[in-house]
Amino acid sequence: MMLVRPGINKCISGFGGRALTKETKKCFSLNSCHFKVSACPVYGEDHREIQNTLKKIIDQDINPHVDQWEADGAFPAKEVFKKLGNAGLLGITKPTEYGGSALDFSYSVAANEQLGAVHCGAVPMAIAVQTDMSTPALARVGNDRLKREFLAPSIAGDLVSCLGVSEPGAGSDVASIKTRAERKGDDLIINGQKMWITNGCQADWICLLANTSAGPPHRSKSLMCVPMDTKGITIAKRIDKMGMRSSDTAQIFFEDVRVPADSIIGEEGMGFTYQMQQFQEERMAGIALSLAPMDLIINQTIEYARQRQAFGRSILDNQVVHFTLAELQTEVELLRSLLYRAVESYVAGQDVTELVSMGKLKSGRLVREVSDKCLQFWGGMGFTNEVLVSRMYRDLRLLSIGAGADEVMLGIICKFMGTLPAPAR
Amino acid sequence: MRILVGVKRVIDYAVKVRVRPDKKGVVTDGVKHSMNPFDEIAVEEAIRLKEKKIAKEVVALSIGPTQAQETLRTALAMGADSAIHVEVPAGELERVQPLHVSRIISKLATEGKFDLVMVGKQAIDDDCNQTAQMTAAMLDWPQATFASKVEKDGDYLKVTREIDGGLETIKVGVPAVISADLRLNEPRYATLPNIMKAKKKPIKKMKASELGVDLTPTIEVISVEDPPVRAAGIKVDDVDTLIAKLKEAGRV
Ligand SMILES: Cc1cc2nc3c(=O)[nH]c(=O)nc-3n(C[C@H](O)[C@H](O)[C@H](O)COP(=O)(O)OP(=O)(O)OC[C@H]3O[C@@H](n4cnc5c(N)ncnc54)[C@H](O)[C@@H]3O)c2cc1C
Repeated sequence: MMLVRPGINKCISGFGGRALTKETKKCFSLNSCHFKVSACPVYGEDHREIQNTLKKIIDQDINPHVDQWEADGAFPAKEVFKKLGNAGLLGITKPTEYGGSALDFSYSVAANEQLGAVHCGAVPMAIAVQTDMSTPALARVGNDRLKREFLAPSIAGDLVSCLGVSEPGAGSDVASIKTRAERKGDDLIINGQKMWITNGCQADWICLLANTSAGPPHRSKSLMCVPMDTKGITIAKRIDKMGMRSSDTAQIFFEDVRVPADSIIGEEGMGFTYQMQQFQEERMAGIALSLAPMDLIINQTIEYARQRQAFGRSILDNQVVHFTLAELQTEVELLRSLLYRAVESYVAGQDVTELVSMGKLKSGRLVREVSDKCLQFWGGMGFTNEVLVSRMYRDLRLLSIGAGADEVMLGIICKFMGTLPAPAR
Repeated sequence: MRILVGVKRVIDYAVKVRVRPDKKGVVTDGVKHSMNPFDEIAVEEAIRLKEKKIAKEVVALSIGPTQAQETLRTALAMGADSAIHVEVPAGELERVQPLHVSRIISKLATEGKFDLVMVGKQAIDDDCNQTAQMTAAMLDWPQATFASKVEKDGDYLKVTREIDGGLETIKVGVPAVISADLRLNEPRYATLPNIMKAKKKPIKKMKASELGVDLTPTIEVISVEDPPVRAAGIKVDDVDTLIAKLKEAGRV
């Protein structure tokens, strides 16, 4: 007997009938293969419980809509965030006074690992922007007004946030941003522009990095909370991208935008330092997000290659195919271990910049290798928009570019290794 | 009214199970487990009865290895007040059959003075669909199985049941045993704050022997086999060939 709950793409039946329903044909349940429960040394029962709740929200409220959102080139962040906020999942590490659960960072990583079960890269990225990119500094060093006005409602899922660091003329080289916030009496007047801002078209507020003085580049910048409906802010463009289609990426202009001076997060002039700290969590989140999609496409490739015949046997039976997939899965497990090691050290209060940069580099490289090699084994099907592997091929390509390009990671690693030449004059 | 609700830890519904090489069961080591989906529905209904003030207390029960406590924590995070864990070592788990489970439940229901026992209509691992019925028989309580709606009706409970060909509405007096069907409700998920609160709720541990229940199996598993692989189909060019082929196969 097989029963399908209306509205939920899940089948409940005995061992004999665990086939997927029609609706799930394109979606492929995670863990459906040999794959074992991931065993992070820092994950306990509560981490798994958080993952279970998140998995239910993904299965019920996210994955059934992903194809439509990808086709529309947009997803309803407000709706999705509210569901996650109601379940307490947008404030895992945030202080309890503002609605968070004050758990350590390993819980957030566990959640991000589960978020990778979403059948696209865009939605998890948007969620990670809210939880691990635009809010860590605010939660750590922000003043009470900012936390009440921006942090608490972002944790509740009532406000959508974005992070404004990159500019048309400054991406990898964060120190050279041009946007200025000048003090006039009790206010700051902001002028400049930001580029590539994820959630930018839907966001209620932006965590903005701007120059607040003319001093040395690492001490001249501040992070600040700016409501997106403030006069003088214009969303100039919604950028058309090869992947992450359902995520809105904006170019934003700031023209004499006035906010109170206490909008600065923490100390004035410390923005660059805060942003560099914030980057560590952002990058660990990014690595965590990259794991499940790789497991998923490897598993789907196994299933596809097993049933597809050529030259009198299954594609999978060619040694080059099953060996390649074994090799890729091995790499994924190595990356997973590196992440867990970094998380363990980070939770113990150590500086993990080197390890995290290595993980970020490897994750960017590996998602490209996995999605490209897997796509190959799908033949013509792999080149269509009907299969997840091609979407992941497009979406995951971003990982080598965003949040610090591979080469920027290599630069950081070289600094730690003492091999980076002095900067050119 | 106090409700005892049974929750079983089973292999997750999304896992593709594999038969063990000795053909006496399926591989469970390192495989994702979760609460039996029908039990989740039973827990949800019990909590709703509490929220509607029809019930005063909800106690979750699980029989199984140490990890069954994770399943109980899920029930507690959903809203159960406390839990009972009847511990059966993983190696002996396969000996436990619906008959034993029913004995344990009826013992606990009597000793704990419960007014209602709620369970899922079946577990998705063995698909037995026996526990509710046998428990009711042992307790000599009325049973309302395959419930798709539970309402209070004076001193009675009015239960809508899914039966072949339609719905049947019955009235049962309490104490009673109810088994949950798929359409009874949509279970909530545990929110993070509730997951944290659940850690403080008590889980009472006991052994089947303390309840005087002997776990000697009454059924022997001879062999577990994979379902037969579906043979490849064929494509036909037109309706005439289709009809001819169906005739050949004796289907029309
Ligand atoms: C979809 C998407 C979403 C984004 N979301 C956000 C967001 O929400 N907020 C935000 O602030 N930014 C965001 N970004 C911007 C992203 O962080 C930048 O694109 C990234 O930092 C690279 O900067 P750039 O594009 O200016 O590339 P450039 O700095 O021009 O670099 C181009 C390339 O040059 C190479 N390179 C750079 N530096 C070195 C070096 N030192 N040595 C050798 N080679 C080097 C690298 O290969 C690099 O990819 C997003 C980008 C994309 C595409």
